[in-house]
Amino acid sequence: MLLNQFLLLSAFLFGTGIYGVLTRKHAVLVLMSIELMLAAVNINLVAFGAFQGGEVAVVGQVFALFVLTIAAAEVGVGLAIVLLIYRNLHSADLDDVDSMKG
Amino acid sequence: MFFLDNAWLVPLIPALSFVVILLFGKRMPFKGSEMGIAAVGSSFVLACGAAVQWIQRVGDAEEGGGGTEHALGAFGAVIGRIGEEATEGEHGPIVESVHNSFTWFQNGGIDLHVGIQIDGLSVMMMFVVTLISLLVHVYSVDYMKGDRRFTYFYAALSLFTASMLLLVVADNTLMLLVGWELVGVCSFMLIGHWWEEKPNSDAAIKAFLTTRTGDIGLLCGVIMTYFVVQQGTGTGSFNIEDLNASAAGYLNPVSGTLLFWCAAALLLAIIGKSGQFPLHTWLPDAMAGPTPVSALIHAATMVVAGVYLGARVYPVFYEGLNIGETNINLMAAVGGITVLIGAALAFVQDDIKKVLAYSTISQLGYMVMALGVGAWTAAIFHLFTHAFFKALLFLAAGSVSHSGAHHSFDMKKDMGGLRKYMPQTYITFIIGTAALAGIFPLAGFWSKDEILLGASEGDYTLFLVVGAVGALMTAAYMTRCIYLTFFGEYRGGDHAHATPHVDEAEHQPDEDDRLPDHAHHGGPHESNRWILAPLWVLAAFSVFAGLFNATWFDIDKFTEWTAPNANVFVELQHHEFDVMLALISTAIALFGAALAYAYYWRGLGPQRLSERNGLARTGRQFLVNKYYLDVLYTDVIVAFVKGPLARATYWVNQNVIDNVLNYAGKGAMVFGRFTYDVLDQKVVDGAVNGIGTITDSAGSEVRKIQTGRLQFYAFMLVLAVGVFALALWIAA
Amino acid sequence: MEWSEWALSLAVFIPALGAVVTMLIPRAQEEAVKWVALITTLATLGVVVGILVDFDYDKSGQLQFQVNNDWINVINSRYHIGVDGISLPLLALSAFITVLCVIYSWNHWPEPHNPKAFIVLMLVLEVGMNGTFVAQDLILFFVFFEIVLLPMFFMIGVWGGPNREYASIKFFLFTLFGSAMMLLGFLALYFKGPNTFDIVALSDWAGQDLTHSTAVLIFGAMFLGFAIKVPMFPFHTWLPDAHTEAPTVGSVLLAAILLKLGTYGFVRIALPILPEAAEDWAPFIGALAVIGIIYGALGCLAQTDMKRLIAFSSVAHMGFVMLGIATMTSFGINAAIFGMVAHGLITGMLFFVAGSVQHNFHTREMSRLGGLLTQAPKMGWILGFCVMASLGLPGLAGFWGEFPAILSAFEPLSTLSEETFRTYMVIAAVGTVLAAGYLLWMLSKVAFGTPKAEFADAEIHDVNAFEWTAWLPILLLIVALGIFPNLLFGVTDDAVCVMTDKISEQVGADSTCDEGGDTVPVAEHE
Repeated sequence: MLLNQFLLLSAFLFGTGIYGVLTRKHAVLVLMSIELMLAAVNINLVAFGAFQGGEVAVVGQVFALFVLTIAAAEVGVGLAIVLLIYRNLHSADLDDVDSMKG
Repeated sequence: MFFLDNAWLVPLIPALSFVVILLFGKRMPFKGSEMGIAAVGSSFVLACGAAVQWIQRVGDAEEGGGGTEHALGAFGAVIGRIGEEATEGEHGPIVESVHNSFTWFQNGGIDLHVGIQIDGLSVMMMFVVTLISLLVHVYSVDYMKGDRRFTYFYAALSLFTASMLLLVVADNTLMLLVGWELVGVCSFMLIGHWWEEKPNSDAAIKAFLTTRTGDIGLLCGVIMTYFVVQQGTGTGSFNIEDLNASAAGYLNPVSGTLLFWCAAALLLAIIGKSGQFPLHTWLPDAMAGPTPVSALIHAATMVVAGVYLGARVYPVFYEGLNIGETNINLMAAVGGITVLIGAALAFVQDDIKKVLAYSTISQLGYMVMALGVGAWTAAIFHLFTHAFFKALLFLAAGSVSHSGAHHSFDMKKDMGGLRKYMPQTYITFIIGTAALAGIFPLAGFWSKDEILLGASEGDYTLFLVVGAVGALMTAAYMTRCIYLTFFGEYRGGDHAHATPHVDEAEHQPDEDDRLPDHAHHGGPHESNRWILAPLWVLAAFSVFAGLFNATWFDIDKFTEWTAPNANVFVELQHHEFDVMLALISTAIALFGAALAYAYYWRGLGPQRLSERNGLARTGRQFLVNKYYLDVLYTDVIVAFVKGPLARATYWVNQNVIDNVLNYAGKGAMVFGRFTYDVLDQKVVDGAVNGIGTITDSAGSEVRKIQTGRLQFYAFMLVLAVGVFALALWIAA
Repeated sequence: MEWSEWALSLAVFIPALGAVVTMLIPRAQEEAVKWVALITTLATLGVVVGILVDFDYDKSGQLQFQVNNDWINVINSRYHIGVDGISLPLLALSAFITVLCVIYSWNHWPEPHNPKAFIVLMLVLEVGMNGTFVAQDLILFFVFFEIVLLPMFFMIGVWGGPNREYASIKFFLFTLFGSAMMLLGFLALYFKGPNTFDIVALSDWAGQDLTHSTAVLIFGAMFLGFAIKVPMFPFHTWLPDAHTEAPTVGSVLLAAILLKLGTYGFVRIALPILPEAAEDWAPFIGALAVIGIIYGALGCLAQTDMKRLIAFSSVAHMGFVMLGIATMTSFGINAAIFGMVAHGLITGMLFFVAGSVQHNFHTREMSRLGGLLTQAPKMGWILGFCVMASLGLPGLAGFWGEFPAILSAFEPLSTLSEETFRTYMVIAAVGTVLAAGYLLWMLSKVAFGTPKAEFADAEIHDVNAFEWTAWLPILLLIVALGIFPNLLFGVTDDAVCVMTDKISEQVGADSTCDEGGDTVPVAEHE
C-alpha cells in the first residue's frame, strides 16, 4: 500500500466537499459537504500517522478522534442554525440568507 | 523718611477703597462716596508728607552727604542701590531716589521686583494726582448726586486714582505698564459710565482701542527696555534707573539702533495715551463721560501718563532720538504738530467740554514738544501747572452745565450771560483761562515760558515759533469760549433737554429734598459749595503754582526739587530767564485773546466791552495802537484760522483720520469675514471635508462586492487560498 | 504604604472608581449620582491639594511622587508616573476645574437630561486628563491621551447642539488622526532610540544617535499629534465646531484642560526628547503661532455667535502659548505654562458665562442680545471682568501668559534667527490690539445698551448660588495669579530651567537661565 492512494482518496473527497459547499443551494447539503471535507482530513491524519509508525501513529488517530468529536458538535450547531433560518425565512436556501449584504 | 519709604501706601489705599466700595458701598450712609474721599484724602496726606520729606532730603543733600541712608523695605528685601555715596559733581548735589522693593516673580532664573522709586518727579506726580483726585471726589458728591450708578462711579474713581499712582511710583517699566493698562481700563469704565446709550459705550471703546493701539508701542518698548538694560549692565531687568543709566551711556555701550527703536516704540505709546497727533481723536469723544471724570482724565491721570512716561525714561528718548544734537526730531515734531492742530480745532467747537478737550491736546503737545527739544524740567513743570488750571476749567464747565445750562454743554444753545447768575464759577473760569493762556504771573506763564526758552536755547527755532503760535491760538479760543458762555444774553430758556447726546439730565432721577437749591428747578443759579470749594482750591493753585519756578525772581525750587539723580540720568540743561522771550510770549498770548475779543466784539457794540474784562480792554488798546490791524486780523487771519483752516483741519480730523480708524475697523471686519467665509470655511475646512468625502465614496464603491452571499465569500476564500498556493509553488 | 507612592495613582484613579460606582446606581436616583460625583471629584482635588502641600518646591526641577512599576514588559513600557514643576500646575488645574464643573452642572443638565451618563463621562474624562499630566512613559501617556477622546465625543454627540453629530465626528476624527501620527512618532523613537518608552530616559538620550533628517521627521509626526490638539493654525477647524455644539461643561473642560494636553505634550515630550529637530521646527511653529494669533482674531470679528467667538479666541490665545514654546527659552516656556493655566481659567470662565447666557436667553446670537448689564448685572460684570482678563489686562492672569511670551520672542534661543522672531513679536503685539477689539465688541454687543424688544419683558435670572460657587474660585484665582504671578512662576521656573538648560546644551546655544540675576551692577559714572 502506498501513501499516495490514501492521499488521492482524501483529495478527491475534499474536492467533492468544496464543490458541494460552493454550489449546493440547500443548507443541509452544504453541511453534508463540510462533513465530507472533514472526513477527507481524517483520512489524511490517520494515513500520515500509520505510515510514520511508532508514537506518531497514535497521535494521528487521536487527532482524528478529536476531529470527529468536533464535527459532531459542529453538525449539531449547524443544524440548529439551519433550523432557525428555516423557521425565520421559511426556506433553507442559502441565497435567501443575505443579511450581510453591504 | 517714613513717607518716602512707604510711598507704596499711596496707591494701595485707593486700591483697597475700590474693593471696599465695590463690596459694601451701597450699604454705606453716603453710598461709598465717603469711603472714596477718605481714602484719597489719606493718600493726599501721605503724598504731602512725602513731598515735605523729599524737600528735606534735597535740602540735606545740598548741605552735603544727604540721601545716603538705607531705606529698609517693609517687605525685607531691599534692592541695594541706595547705600552708595552721593557724589558732589559738576551737576550740583545728587539726590538718590528712594527705593523699596520685593521679588514679584521669577522667570528663567531672573527675579523681577515690584517696588517703588520715589524721586522728585514721582513725588510731584503723587501730589498732583492725589490733590486733583481728592477735589474731583468732593466735587462729584453733588455733581453725580442721584446717579443710578453713584456707588460704582466712586469705586471706579478710586481704582482710577490707584492705577495712576501705581504708574507713578513704579520703579520698573513692567509695573509702569501694569499701571498704564489699568488706567486705560478705568477710563474705559468711566467714559462709558452711561453705557445704556450707544454713543457713550462707543466712545469708551474708541478710547480704549486707540490707546491700546499705542500700547503696541509700549509693549514692544518695555520689552526693549529689558534688553537695553541687558546690554548696559549685563543682566536684563526692567528697572528704570538701570535703564536710564544704560541709555545715558554711563555703563557698557548700548546699541544705537536698539535705543532708537525703543524710543520710537515708547513714543507710539505716548502718542496713543497722551492724545498726540495722529492718535488724538479719542480724546474729544471721551467727553461722553461725566465731567468730573473728564477733569481727572485731562488733568491728572490717563493723558499725562504718556508725558510722565516720556519724562521717566527720558534718557532713552534723549539718546535714541539724538535730542541734544539735532534741530528737529520725531518727538518734537509730534508735539509741535499736536500743539497746532489741537488749538486750531478748539475754535470750531460749540461744546464747551470739547473746546477744553482740544485745548488739552494742544497743551499735551507742548509737553511732548518740550521733552523733544530737551527741556525736561519745563515739560514736567508744565504738566504740574497744567493739571491745576485744566482741572479747574473742566470743573467750572461742569458747574456751568450742572447749574446753569440744564446739563447741556452746548455753549451756543444753552449758555450765554451766565456771569450774572454764577459769579464765582465765572471768576474761577477766568482765572483758569488766564493761567492756560499764560498770562503773567499765573501758573501757565512760568511753565510755558520755560518750554519756549528750552526750544530757543536748544536751537529748536522751528518749535519756538510753533510754541508761540500755539500760545496765540490758545488765548484766542479760550476768549471765545468765555464770551459764548458767560457773556451775551442767556440762551438757555426753560427747555430742559437741549442736545440729547450730551444731555446728562435724564441720567439724574428727580433729586431728593435735601438740597432744595439743586438744579433742574428754575433758571440758572450758582452751584453749591460742594462744587465751588474745589474750584477755589484749584484757582488758588492756578495762580500760585507757577511761583515754584519763577525764574525771573531767581526762584527755581521746582527745578531743584525734581532734579533727577544725575548719576543715572542724562545731563539736563537749565537756562537763564530771558526777559525778552517772556515779554514776547505774554504779548502773543494777549494778542491772541485780543483777536478773539475783537472778533466777537464786532457784532455786539463797543460800549459793553469795557464791562467784560480788563484782559480784553488791554488787548483792544494794543490793537488800536497797532494801526487798526484788527480788521486785517479779524477778517483774514482769525477768519482764516477759524474758517477754512480750522474747518479743514476738523474735516480732516473727522473724515480722514477718524475714518482711517473706522475703515481700518471695517476693513478688519471685511477681511475677517473673508478669512472666515472663504479661507476658513471653504479652503481649510474644505480640505478636511474633502478627505472625508473621498473616503466615503471609496467605501461606497467597495461595498458593492459585499453581496452578503455566504457561498460567494467561501468562493473568494478558496480562490485566495488557491492564488497563495500557486504563488508559493511558483516561488518554490 | 507610603503616601508619596500612592498619591498620584489616587489622583488619577479615584475618578475611575467614582465612575464605576456611578454606573452601579440606578438611573432614577439623580441625587445620589450627583453626590457621588461631587464627593469623587472633591476627593481627587483633596489628593491633589495634598500633593501640592507635600511637593518640595525647592526641587521642583525633579520628578516627585514617582512610581515606576512593571507594566507591559514585552515592549519595555512601564507604569511610570511623577510630577515636577511643569506638570503640577496643570494637574491642579484639571482637578480644580472638574469639581467646579460638577457644581455648575448641579441643576444645569443639558438636554437630553441624563445626569448619570453625563457624570460617568465627566469622571472618565478626568482620569484621562489627570493621567496625561502625570504619565512619564510614552505608551502610558498615549493611553491617557486617548482616554480623553471618547467621553468628549459622547458629550458633544449626545448632549450637544443641533449640529452635534457633525461636530463630534469632526472632533473625533481630527484628533484621532493626530494621535495616530503621534503614536507613529513614539514607535519610531522606540525603535530608533534606546528601546524604551520612558520619557525621562528618552530626554537624557535626547535623540543623540539619530540622523538629523530622521529626527526632523519624527518630530514632525509628534508635531501633528500635538498641534491638532492645541489647536494650531491650520489644524484648528474642529475647535469652533466642537465648542459651538458642546454643552457648557464640555466646552469648559475642552477649553480649560483638553487644549493644554497638546501644548503640554510639546513641553514635556517633543522639545526635550528631540531638541535639535525642535530647533529646526521652531521658526515654523512660531510662524504658525503668530498666524494663529492674527487669524483667530480676524475670525472672531466675523462671528455672530458668542460661543463661537470665544472658541475662535482660543485659537489666538493658544497662539501666544505656542509662540512662547517656539522660542525654546526658559522665559518663553514659563510664559507658555502660565498662559495655559490662565487661558484655562479665563476661557473656561467665559464659556461658563456664555452657557448661562444661553440658558437664560435661549440664544447666543449677539445681534439679539444686549443690555445684559441691566437685566442681569452681576453676570454682566463677570462677563466684563473675564473680557478684561482675556484681553490681557495687567493685574489679571491673562497678561502673564501673553507679555512674557512676546518678550521671549525678542530674544529667542541664541541659535534661532533673531530677526524672524522679532517680526513675530511685533505681529503678536498687534494681535493684542485685535484681541481687545473683538472682546470689547462682544462685550458691548452683549452687555451694554438696552435689552432688545424680544427679551425686554423676559425674566432673566442673575447669577445663582451654584453659579457663584462654581465661578468665584476661578475669579479669585484669576486675580490672585494676576497680582502674584510668582504663585505659578515660582513653581514652574526651576523645572523649566532644568529642561531648557539641557536643550540649550544639546543644540549648543547659550543658557537662557540666569542664576541670581537680581544683583544688577550699580549705575554709576564719572
